[in-house]
Amino acid sequence: MESFDTIVKRLSENRLWQFPGGVKPQDKKALSNTHAIRRLPLPDCLYIPLKQHIGNKGSLIVEVGQRVLKGQPLTKASGPYSVPIHASTSGTVKAIDEHVSAHPSGIAEPTLMLEPDGLDEWIKLHPNPHYSQLDKSTLVELICDAGISGMGGAGFPTHIKTNNPQKLEFLIINGIECEPYITADDRLMREHAWQIRQGIDILQHTLNPKHIIVAVEDNKPEALEALRIACKDKPDCSLVSTPTLYPMGGEKQLIQVVTGREVPGKGLPSDIGITMFNIGTCFAIADAVFNGKPLIERVVTLTGEAVKAPQNVWALIGTPIAFLTEHAQLKSSKRYSQRIIMGGPMMGFTVTSPRVPVVKTTNCLLMPKASFAQPEDIERPCIRCSACSDVCPASLLPQQLLWHSKAKEYDKAQDYNLFDCIECGACAYVCPSDIPLVQYYRQAKSAVRSEKDEKQKAEKAKARFDARTQRLENDKKEREEKHQKAAQARQNAKANANDTATETTTAPKSAAVAAAIARAKAKKQQTSTPVLETEQKEPAQVDDKKAKVAAAVARAKAKKAASSNAIESEEKLESNTEAPQQTEVDDKKAKIAAAVARAKAKKAAASNGVEPNEKTAPTIETTQQTDADAKKAKVAAAVARAKAKAKAKAEKNAE
Amino acid sequence: MILGTSSSPHHTARRSTQIIMQLVMLAAIPGLLAQWYFFGWGVVIQLALAIVTCVGCEALVLALRKKPVVFVLNDYSAVLTGWLLAICLPPLLPWWMTVIGCVFAIVIAKQLYGGLGFNIFNPAMIGYVVLLISFPAQMSQWLPVNGLAELSPSLLDSLSVIFTGFTVSGHDIEQLRYTIDGVTSATPLDSVRTAITLNNTYSDAINSPVFNGGLLASWGAGWGWISAFYLLGGIALIMANIINWRIPVSVLVGVAITATVLNLLNGDLYGSAVYHWFNGAVMVGAFFIATDPVSASTTAKGKVVFGALIGFWIVIIRTFGGYPDAVAFSILFLNMSVPLIDYYTQPRTYGHSTKNRAENSAEKRKKKSN
Amino acid sequence: MTLAIFITGTLALLFGLLLGYAAIRFKVESDPLVEQVDSLLPQTQCGQCGFPGCRPYAEAIANDGDEINKCPPGGDATIKKLADLMGVEAKPLNAAHGEDAAAKTIAYIREDECIGCTKCIQACPVDAIIGAAKQMHTVITDECTGCDLCVDPCPVDCIDMINVPQTSSTWDWKESIQPETLIPVKVVS
Repeated sequence: MESFDTIVKRLSENRLWQFPGGVKPQDKKALSNTHAIRRLPLPDCLYIPLKQHIGNKGSLIVEVGQRVLKGQPLTKASGPYSVPIHASTSGTVKAIDEHVSAHPSGIAEPTLMLEPDGLDEWIKLHPNPHYSQLDKSTLVELICDAGISGMGGAGFPTHIKTNNPQKLEFLIINGIECEPYITADDRLMREHAWQIRQGIDILQHTLNPKHIIVAVEDNKPEALEALRIACKDKPDCSLVSTPTLYPMGGEKQLIQVVTGREVPGKGLPSDIGITMFNIGTCFAIADAVFNGKPLIERVVTLTGEAVKAPQNVWALIGTPIAFLTEHAQLKSSKRYSQRIIMGGPMMGFTVTSPRVPVVKTTNCLLMPKASFAQPEDIERPCIRCSACSDVCPASLLPQQLLWHSKAKEYDKAQDYNLFDCIECGACAYVCPSDIPLVQYYRQAKSAVRSEKDEKQKAEKAKARFDARTQRLENDKKEREEKHQKAAQARQNAKANANDTATETTTAPKSAAVAAAIARAKAKKQQTSTPVLETEQKEPAQVDDKKAKVAAAVARAKAKKAASSNAIESEEKLESNTEAPQQTEVDDKKAKIAAAVARAKAKKAAASNGVEPNEKTAPTIETTQQTDADAKKAKVAAAVARAKAKAKAKAEKNAE
Repeated sequence: MILGTSSSPHHTARRSTQIIMQLVMLAAIPGLLAQWYFFGWGVVIQLALAIVTCVGCEALVLALRKKPVVFVLNDYSAVLTGWLLAICLPPLLPWWMTVIGCVFAIVIAKQLYGGLGFNIFNPAMIGYVVLLISFPAQMSQWLPVNGLAELSPSLLDSLSVIFTGFTVSGHDIEQLRYTIDGVTSATPLDSVRTAITLNNTYSDAINSPVFNGGLLASWGAGWGWISAFYLLGGIALIMANIINWRIPVSVLVGVAITATVLNLLNGDLYGSAVYHWFNGAVMVGAFFIATDPVSASTTAKGKVVFGALIGFWIVIIRTFGGYPDAVAFSILFLNMSVPLIDYYTQPRTYGHSTKNRAENSAEKRKKKSN
Repeated sequence: MTLAIFITGTLALLFGLLLGYAAIRFKVESDPLVEQVDSLLPQTQCGQCGFPGCRPYAEAIANDGDEINKCPPGGDATIKKLADLMGVEAKPLNAAHGEDAAAKTIAYIREDECIGCTKCIQACPVDAIIGAAKQMHTVITDECTGCDLCVDPCPVDCIDMINVPQTSSTWDWKESIQPETLIPVKVVS
């Protein structure tokens, strides 16, 4: 890595480094950079997307129908990676709904629709002319509250960058604007160089870098001159004029050119002591601190061969692009398809609707000559001419990436560093076979990402499945243990059943179980009766009676115990809602009881259809006990009861 | 108005495949004219025959493969293949041999591998080598260059020889090959070869009449000029940024180094660098054939390795092998090695360590298996 | 003769020992093939393969050489990977086990129709449904694998499998929404 002193020395001698590759498209900046930035009237409606940066959207703090003032925050930052949005003018919030987004897909996103009232009434502003007296954290907060995110293209929240805890050697101000046609930064530098300098001052104050580098491409001499005058008296600041070569303005490329350093593959510029800000961001920061104005408008270049009046305008955030194209006098044609490109010709995207709003990252609307829709199969096979790898600024092998992306061999594509592609489009620009290389890479990247997501999800699902299997097994074990215990209890009960069935129900907790056991026993005796009937009718009857008595006694006991238990649990429910486990146990118990009762009723009805009513009655009683036990058991009990009834009736009818 | 969509980049510096192919042919015209001047109309007839056959074969196979025939033919790659094959053939080769060579080049070497962009080998060179191996005698029946020949066949004669084997006046090809001295002519490379097998020295050999009329001592008569014109065309291609300078330059350097080393070891047996450069097909090979993008190496370093090894093999095979020229063999050898060369010469990606990717991915795999 | 037999025998014994030692010394840890197969399966635990979950199917593939084309959620991609791993030909998905899910879906409970029967909770292989008896149930969207095992048990058919909506961050760059016609906006001046 180049040392700090070498870099400063080379900068002072105006000797720069180079990045490999690059292309030189016609810059076409003269179309739009001759006029001053214009102000436009208010549009009819503003569509302000809730999220216009990388990160999370803030939480809404206004309502539909509410009147808001110009500059009033509409959302509140709800996390470190979120920045608020502001009302671009005064007016009424008409709706907060999904609206076509400023994204290549055009997929609708939550958007606030603001109807301007024409008054353009500012909210009370809080300027801080003496920023140097403020401490760092206050300034970072100011920047965050002003809703500033990177205005060069990516839209990374600026306050995260300004809150850099790492030691900084270079603060690079990016005034390159290497995309053809775009002149928004160019005009801004020419007209507002002083305010940009103020923004740089604020950044210097918060970041405390050892050296500042302001870089402008050499096709913008006026802008460079304006900045030179503005930064004349600034110490430790180098103004650099770089050669015009696309993609010079890429963060990684500019760092390489002015410092000779390379951002590590999976790292950030701050890892090598560098932070970069866009000219527009500097301007917005100065606006936010000195004037207290949030980011509600930006310079947008309206250009291209299809417009009569190419120009730069101050566009309010949320302005639908149709309003701007109308102003630029877009020559429309009914027969040809007109592309409206948001951003430059190399990295911009075609919008899918005229209602797409201007967002914080919109620097240009490019309207090239109308053309027929191009046939899909214009792409020819790759002849491996390697023109793409000659121009790749990241020294990738685009032909290999294409090969593997097309074959969906994504791991091999990653071996060829697919994710180091910055999607600058230089490869597709030079491709003689008209292959949309970048498109292939984007698709491959998104496939890799979704594969990764799916893998993570699968792992999570597996963990949850395993946990569930484990739990079910544990439950099974527990149940077996319970069964064993129950069997033990049954044996004990058998020993005492003939003399005193009452003794079986001693523990109030296992009252229901005990009752069930007793009933089961009684039932056993009952079921055995029909077998005996043919031979010993009388003793069987006696036995039957005895058993019935015993069962009745047991039932009574169980009922008492259960109801007292139920009261207890009800009390518990009321007093201590935080102990649902207890009620669950009760619930379970009740359910078991209900189930047992049901089973008994069924069996009894089936085997001994003499007194179905009498047999079902106890069942009802038992279930009524559980009724009180836990409210949730009600349904189960009711169902059981109903079933038993139905069964019994059916039996009766059958008889 | 209809809104159109496209994926970025929305602008391109379009120099399409077909324009590249056309420019390559344009640059080959000076060399072709020189060939025509020295070898007569046969050259042009072969060219026409080869192009027609190649385009016809391509159209046929495309139709069979149910591909858009006109769209693909439009890339001019079949025309170029025919062109490059034709300029390598002896001018009066029987027509059916030319046709066989073209069929092989297009059908087997190109389309059966998947068409343009998927062929591993240079189709023209495959066609050439197939003919060279199958018909070694006919493939070495080069005419004496203009000015040395006893008889110079006219356009009609050439046509007649190619299609019937005899001129209008009844001469066969062997008679046409007599030089004014009354001996059968040989190419400069052949004559040096023969001289050395007859225990003559290299320096004696280049004093023979075959080497007269060159700008330099070791320029074969006519052959040196043809090579010089192809060199000119090649330089134009580099200037126009159609081909990368790395491959031709390293071929020439590879030839020069190998030849010079051998020449210094034994000047009586081994020819000089200039002798190798300007005789046979080195210039055509270096600028027009080795640079075929599909079958050449694609990385910057790889191109240098690719070219230098082609140069090395040309001299080695010419000197020690059984064939007088070796450009086609050397190029095919290196075509085979391209995947390997490309794999080990990948450039370092921005922000990555200097270790090449091959090692990195090997490491990754190791980690995975662990 | 004896000597020859002796030498051959000794050699045989020596090599035998050597091989035996090598077998122990360089023992390759048995490849956890089941793990590898399992990691390729989509872990939806849907059971469409006829096994109770992904792991049992993985075991069946690895140990019993079961067919690799029984996983509809994984689709052709999974079959291809399994074929590579197992060294067999990739086959088309066995339609008897269901069709390749074209789009990713998740379960959605129409909550006002839910009667709180808990049947779906019991059916869910990944515990992605929460709720209690007689209480409304709901699906934890992030945990749902889209196996649709909960759909059949529902007595009131209040569970739908809905497509996961695409957002601009999950967009795959394949198709953008259809461009609209440009309607000129009236200019307020």
